[in-house]
Amino acid sequence: MNRQRPGPPEPVASSPAARAEFGRRLARRNRQESRFRLAGLCAVLAGLAFLAFFFLTLIGNAYTAFAQTHILLDVELSAAAIDPEGTRNRQTLGRADYQGLIRNALRQQFPAVTRRGDLRQLFALVSPGAGFDLRKQVLANPGLIGQKQRFWLAADDDVDMLIKGHMNRSAPESQRRINDRQLAWIEQLEAAGRIERQFNHRFFISGDSRDPEMSGIRSAVAGSFYMLLVTLALSFPLGVATAIYLEEFAPKNRWTDLVEVNINNLAAVPSIVFGLLGLALFINLFGLPRSVPLVGGLVLTLMTLPVVIIAARAALTSVPPSIREAALGVGASKMQAIFHHVMPLALPGMLTGTIIGMARALGESAPLLMIGMVAFIVDVPESPLDPSAALPVQIYLWADSPERAFVERTSAAILVLLAFLLVMNAGAILLRKRYEKHG
Amino acid sequence: MPPYTALIILLALTVLGYWLGRRRPAAFGRKYHSLPGYYGSYVAIWCVFPALALYCLWQLVEPGFIRSQVLATLPAELLELPEAELGLIYNDIRNLVEGNIVSGAPGEEIIAAASRYTALQRMSNLGIALAVLVAGLASSGWALRRVKPTLRARNKVERTLRMLLMAASTVAIFTTIGIFLSVLFEAIQFFQLVSPLEFLFGLSWSPQTAIRPDQVGSSGAFGAVPLFTGTLLISGLALLVAVPVGLLSAIYLSEYANARIRAIAKPMLEVLAGIPTVVYGYFAALTVGPLLRQFGEAFGLGVSSESALGAGLVMGIMIIPFVSSLSDDVINAVPQDLRDGSLALGATQSETIRQVLIPAALPGIVGGILLAASRAIGETMIVVMAAGLAANLTANPLEAVTTVTVQMVTLLIGDQEFDSAKTLAAFALGLLLFVTTLALNVVALRVVRRYREQYE
Repeated sequence: MNRQRPGPPEPVASSPAARAEFGRRLARRNRQESRFRLAGLCAVLAGLAFLAFFFLTLIGNAYTAFAQTHILLDVELSAAAIDPEGTRNRQTLGRADYQGLIRNALRQQFPAVTRRGDLRQLFALVSPGAGFDLRKQVLANPGLIGQKQRFWLAADDDVDMLIKGHMNRSAPESQRRINDRQLAWIEQLEAAGRIERQFNHRFFISGDSRDPEMSGIRSAVAGSFYMLLVTLALSFPLGVATAIYLEEFAPKNRWTDLVEVNINNLAAVPSIVFGLLGLALFINLFGLPRSVPLVGGLVLTLMTLPVVIIAARAALTSVPPSIREAALGVGASKMQAIFHHVMPLALPGMLTGTIIGMARALGESAPLLMIGMVAFIVDVPESPLDPSAALPVQIYLWADSPERAFVERTSAAILVLLAFLLVMNAGAILLRKRYEKHG
Repeated sequence: MPPYTALIILLALTVLGYWLGRRRPAAFGRKYHSLPGYYGSYVAIWCVFPALALYCLWQLVEPGFIRSQVLATLPAELLELPEAELGLIYNDIRNLVEGNIVSGAPGEEIIAAASRYTALQRMSNLGIALAVLVAGLASSGWALRRVKPTLRARNKVERTLRMLLMAASTVAIFTTIGIFLSVLFEAIQFFQLVSPLEFLFGLSWSPQTAIRPDQVGSSGAFGAVPLFTGTLLISGLALLVAVPVGLLSAIYLSEYANARIRAIAKPMLEVLAGIPTVVYGYFAALTVGPLLRQFGEAFGLGVSSESALGAGLVMGIMIIPFVSSLSDDVINAVPQDLRDGSLALGATQSETIRQVLIPAALPGIVGGILLAASRAIGETMIVVMAAGLAANLTANPLEAVTTVTVQMVTLLIGDQEFDSAKTLAAFALGLLLFVTTLALNVVALRVVRRYREQYE
């Protein structure tokens, strides 16, 4: 593109006044030119600045979620409390009151605390879910029973926020969720080296929970995975078949025109409308259960289908006609020419489009809200027919939760989602690059 | 016997049929019409389709059949109950069978019915498995007998394949029809409860239906005008951000920037389009909203923490890449001659862009903006998370407004019955949204297409 400003042309006007006037106009036009250019640059920079701001805030919010405050306690795993009959029966072991054992350990740690109200505040320092972790450890190793063991137990989310510096210790007591007495205990624990931030593995291996410190994205990731599986299994074959028909077989008539216009329009229909369709069709009419990845996958299939079709058609048109003609020339039928010769060449392009469609489906949440995938699901689904959450919906739910500790978890879940999207898109780009080199 | 046994049997039969069909022509020992694989496929096709049709038919009929049989075992006084209560009892029976929680202690007749249900279910599964086996064997046997060297197997298989391809291409049409019908039927039900005039022109929106007539706050009002204005306000703000920024950056990147900057900046801007909307919503609600409120306080303005401005700004950022990539396309489609001609006449580059390129590309740009508008109107997550729920009739961007999509989500989240005006209203809004965006899309796509043809 020509990037040179027009230079001063030969003066046309002869009089000095006219020449000065011309010079002024030219200067003004050149100023306008640079202003316009600056505006364009600003627009680009504004977009990029937002992107940078967005990622910086996100990462700034998120990184603390990958650590979790733990408290070191000496828990007396007394046989009388866990297994009074000494049978080591797993059911008996599973039913024991582990949270009570943790409370006893806290009492031993702070023998001075005796009043009931104070004790309740003391017990609130450890997560209400810590007992489950303790139970898991005891079940895995029943030999621990009867011993006094040191355990790192998850701290409550308020303690976690305090340790991570999201709560101001010097603020007046009424503005903190941790009161002065609790703060003193925490400082004692800190001084004894009994408080530590450790890697938050729970975030990756557990399902949703009302307690931020116990919540994780496993169930949401599994739900999204099953949903994408359904979407992929349906939208790829359907999309490719449609593309092949429209590109290679369809007669040029009004019906074909209608199908084409319709596909382009479907690609621009708001996603929430697909959710309405899913609700009315799959749930009300077909009676499929709510909150299951199968229904979510079906809805997302209908939504991604236009994307896949459009990409697959583009891939088919980019195959040179000589390939088709050569195959037909040596006696292949039209089907054979397409499936044996054109398809292999178009496949990378089709796959690229499908991956991009899948990435869009992965990030979509509005239609899932419509089909009831916003339920509070703790269990990790084991098949596409189990109720489950989905990663973007989990983000939506956490973003709505009032606890401060969910802010960092939401951001961390977003980072995980973006990481998945990045991997998918990078895969698509790599595929395209390789394909272009060969093609 | 699980219900999918029939499908496993069918799969095994199909594989067997393919294998037999494939071997068959070789036994003739002379030249035959198609490659052996086609004979295999021919038999497999004949094996699958009739049996599968039978299976699908049975799946449709089965629930009704079992229901009528199970209900027939109930005592007569239960059968005289109204249809809705009968449905509840039937649900109880099914819950009992599936080991779910049953409402109340199950009576004796319920337990009897449940065991009848289990027996019927088992019989039905066995029956359909047998039926599929017989049907598959019969039809593939018939097809096998037809395999002769003169059978034009390839043509037949290809014709079937072609029919399948054609069937696949109708899915998109059925989706549109499905959307339209499902939304339309519920919307018609809604309009029987609430007059369309009140819905379209009413100024007050408070979607609730009274349970008792004397209830406090029972006055349900379904005037959707505040939702329309809210939607328009937020979408307008979004376009106000996205159109100048998107258009200018497209112009800068295609006309001014050198190849290196373009190679970096363009994909970076495209990243904005790849970020899920729920993430934008989170960002709008937790970062931009509070930020705007602080700004407002600094200038003595009362900015609602769920202001239309916050949602509109973030939505605008979301559609920047949309506007810019569409504008980029249309600007690049303008022939180079027009640029050269203008520059040769002594115009500066910005004069060329403003007075030649943009007028020439205008239809395409307008089409792009219409598509962006349709996307802004239908955008859900950002407004659900960052805009309010209260239906304010206001044009002040600093106040909280609600939109059509927000109301659809709030009306339909959670458990709901399908005969109240409240849930049906969501479908009426959905119909409106679908029709509006469809109209915008059709117009926009037509404009863009006509524009492209003009220069091709």
